[in-house]
Amino acid sequence: MTNLIKNNKIYFFIFFFLTFFLFLYGKDIAGLLDAKWIIKYPKHLVFPLAKYLSGFVKWLMDDANFIIFSFRDFTRFIAWIIEIPYNLILALISKGFLSGQGQDAKEILAPLSWMSVIAIIMFMALYTKDKLLVFLVFFAFLYLAIFGQWKSSMVTLSSIVIAVPVGVVIGLFLGILSYKSEILEKIISPVLDLMQTIPVFAYLVPILVMFGFGPVAALIATIIYAMPPMVRTTLLALKNIDPQIKESGLMSGCTKRQLMWRVLIPTSKPTLMIGVNQVIMLSLNMVIIASMIGAGGLGYDVLASLRRLNIGAGIETGVAIVVLAIALDRLSQAFVNIKTERKKINISFLKRYSRIIFLFLFIIIIYFLSTYLPFLKSFPEHLVINTSAFWESLIKYININYFDTLESIKVTLLTYFMLPIKRFLLGVPWPWFVLIISLIGWHYGRLKLAMLCFLLSLFIVFTGLWEKAMVTIYLCGSSVIIASIIGIPLGIWAGISSKANRVLTVIIDTLQTLPSFVYLIPVVMLFRVGDFTAMLAVILYSLAPAVRYTAHGIKNINKEIVDAGLICGCSQRQILLKIKLPLAIPEILLGINQTIMLALSMLVITALVGTRELGQEVYIALTKADIGRGLVAGLCVAFISIIADRIIKSGSDRLKIKYGMK
Amino acid sequence: MSQSSHKENNTPVIKCESVYKIFGNNALNLLENSKGQVDAKKFQEAGCIVGVNNASFGVAKGEMMVVMGLSGSGKSTLLRCISRLTDATAGKIYIDGEDLLAMNSKQLIELRRNKMGMVFQSFALLPHKTVIENIAFPLQVKGTSTKESMSRALEMVELVGLKGRENYFPRELSGGQQQRVGIARSLAVEPDIWFLDEPFSALDPLIRKEMQDEFLRLQGVLKKTIMFVTHDFDEALRLADRIAIMKDGIIEQLDTPDNIVLNPATEYVKKFTEDVPREKVLKIESIMDPYDSNNSSSNEVSKDAIIETLAESILNSKKILTVIDKNDNNKKVGSLDPSKVIKVIFGR
Repeated sequence: MTNLIKNNKIYFFIFFFLTFFLFLYGKDIAGLLDAKWIIKYPKHLVFPLAKYLSGFVKWLMDDANFIIFSFRDFTRFIAWIIEIPYNLILALISKGFLSGQGQDAKEILAPLSWMSVIAIIMFMALYTKDKLLVFLVFFAFLYLAIFGQWKSSMVTLSSIVIAVPVGVVIGLFLGILSYKSEILEKIISPVLDLMQTIPVFAYLVPILVMFGFGPVAALIATIIYAMPPMVRTTLLALKNIDPQIKESGLMSGCTKRQLMWRVLIPTSKPTLMIGVNQVIMLSLNMVIIASMIGAGGLGYDVLASLRRLNIGAGIETGVAIVVLAIALDRLSQAFVNIKTERKKINISFLKRYSRIIFLFLFIIIIYFLSTYLPFLKSFPEHLVINTSAFWESLIKYININYFDTLESIKVTLLTYFMLPIKRFLLGVPWPWFVLIISLIGWHYGRLKLAMLCFLLSLFIVFTGLWEKAMVTIYLCGSSVIIASIIGIPLGIWAGISSKANRVLTVIIDTLQTLPSFVYLIPVVMLFRVGDFTAMLAVILYSLAPAVRYTAHGIKNINKEIVDAGLICGCSQRQILLKIKLPLAIPEILLGINQTIMLALSMLVITALVGTRELGQEVYIALTKADIGRGLVAGLCVAFISIIADRIIKSGSDRLKIKYGMK
Repeated sequence: MSQSSHKENNTPVIKCESVYKIFGNNALNLLENSKGQVDAKKFQEAGCIVGVNNASFGVAKGEMMVVMGLSGSGKSTLLRCISRLTDATAGKIYIDGEDLLAMNSKQLIELRRNKMGMVFQSFALLPHKTVIENIAFPLQVKGTSTKESMSRALEMVELVGLKGRENYFPRELSGGQQQRVGIARSLAVEPDIWFLDEPFSALDPLIRKEMQDEFLRLQGVLKKTIMFVTHDFDEALRLADRIAIMKDGIIEQLDTPDNIVLNPATEYVKKFTEDVPREKVLKIESIMDPYDSNNSSSNEVSKDAIIETLAESILNSKKILTVIDKNDNNKKVGSLDPSKVIKVIFGR
């Protein structure tokens, strides 16, 4: 055994030395051999996959016919299905029902008053019997009204009100289908993997081409983005049901349909609700990104102010998004934890539905009163508080007084940390890199993983995106390194002290509810555009799992092992370093894995602040509506994350098996 | 395998003929090649696991058959073959003379809706339904009206002694109470056949004893045909009319409790019986001598009494007692020498 470890270490050093050598002298060697392709993959050998993909979609849109309808009819049909309920909701809470078009439009029915919307939300919170939550949603929505974000928030809310149910229902059905058919499960599972690793921008492009610019396209993108967790949760929930419950349903004489809808689905409801919560959070995240293809609302406001570098307005809207996200997250989580009350028998209809009747009366009364009292209709404008000037001056103050400090931090990190990594990654010849990745794959997962790593990295080479991919890896890598350096010690702290745990959990939970977009705002304000800014945003976004998994790993160590350590006379320090930390490593690895996944997904969004990696490629494709280019670059990002994911997971699994934890 | 005498009169309610259940892809082929001689080890090498190996027996109307075995012995698998929660690989199973394995899914649903009830180890109650809704569930899926199913469910609630808790949710009940709900649910459709899969194993020992008593009381009233699976030999002895002891999918012995204790058929069965206090299991019948009118007293004992319950009075009487059959007009069927009781208690 010791021999093997020694051997491994020797191999590691040999490979590291060779890599370093090639980094230093690769160019010279290539020059000597007259083989420039070693350094730079020749352009004429690039496989024009992007062109083929674009061509295919063009054919689909222009010529594809399915006997009675064309593909274009099909996309129009889908758009139509989604458009109708969306317009209905939008009219209800934001625009009002209009007759006629454009400026001649007459309002038939005014939209719900801001008071009514708040009342409805509070009613929902009341249903969960969580009094604190009632206050929370009340203040959150009041905030939106007072700070002048009401209109935009309602547009965003309408998208969510449509996207979530559609996403949940489709996800539920796909989950049920893949539970019923193993073949379908085997097809759906990798597709979901890809959908979750492909950067969101990449599929904005085809949707943009197929459905045009506008809220409907944005909604479709949102649904596609938010649905995968629901499929997974449904499948998982159904699989984890105690088989005896299923058998008891069968022995009760259920038909297949009765078994599914009266036994299995209701039994797994608590888990399904977690999936619903995920769909809500992802929808919220996406609704903002989707403002790039035509969703209005808060997302559009942020995007617009970011583009204009309007600091104050950006922060103001950003805070509104955060408030909305926290309110919706807490509300849906409260629905997860809801416990059905023992049924009270013999209460009258009026009493049972007293609250909902009261709510309806309230809405109707407000509606009629609002004709006479305009402040009921929309929040009075003179009471709206505008904070953007405050934010503007705050940022200005920081930038004037701390400019040197901030700048020196930025320059130091760039010169001594980020740039060396970048140079190193770009300097190593690509064939060697592909080889190293495949060898790592072989080490952790033998032939299967090695082949996967080899083929996926070759894809990146052949599509001519190697250098951009290296920049992606460099940015992602340096972010993950810093996120781990910050996150793992915090996690250890949370794992040891329950006080720290409580505080950190609240912070981490909040960080995770924030849409990725929001992280860009403060860093851009302080550090302007560039790689450093991108890295900071990525670190902020991807920090949470590093902390959470580490804390979980440390806390969940078998208590008897720790007791055994204490009896052996370990000091607290020894307990931590010799027992807890080594045993928590598999879990910590999984945390780093999650951090990488989040970092990659955030990295693409940071293309907005001018990075030069795959994300930028996708973003450019989006602005040019170039499907092939966007998809190919998107696939490259997905492949990078799949390689990282598989390698780290196998490493963690191997450790777990070694420690007998699995 | 000797059968107990008086229960053979009518055709068995459940009948199994050479039932096999083998898990694995190639099970059927392997089974055909082996011509009925299944060797678990050889099958395992071929990637198959033998669950039930050539089980043949019948359960008569009103009989309580207990299947006893340790974990992995195939006892639950056997029960699931007979309830067709899993399909037997080979063999025949008849329920009331009808071929179970030939039924289509519609017939199977009908059978379960009307003739079968089952109780599960983990209770398997629906967490989103109240006690009464859980009990009414089999009736509702059958299409019984809400009013009728509720009133029937209420009867069942009373039967299992949960009155006043109809509107509780399962999570608000203790384990023993939850299993009472499970029992009530399984009886709601008034099934003829009652399957119980380790119903009391998840309960702590005191509650288990209480539930066994309750169960015996219920069976005294209901007289169902029962297959009861357990890993607890004492439980099997307490409850069973006949016990089937299983190991590695094979029924090692199928007999009445006394016969199993007195004459264990295999070494494996013997290991279970060794520590069993015989006086707690054996009936007077099993140690009496043939009736001898010359050598008897006026002191009478029932042949079906468990020795332990009468031991003290028998030993105090110091005389030979007359054994009578209470089911047959107190007919005198044997004589009992108290020394035999001493032998049972101390001699081994």
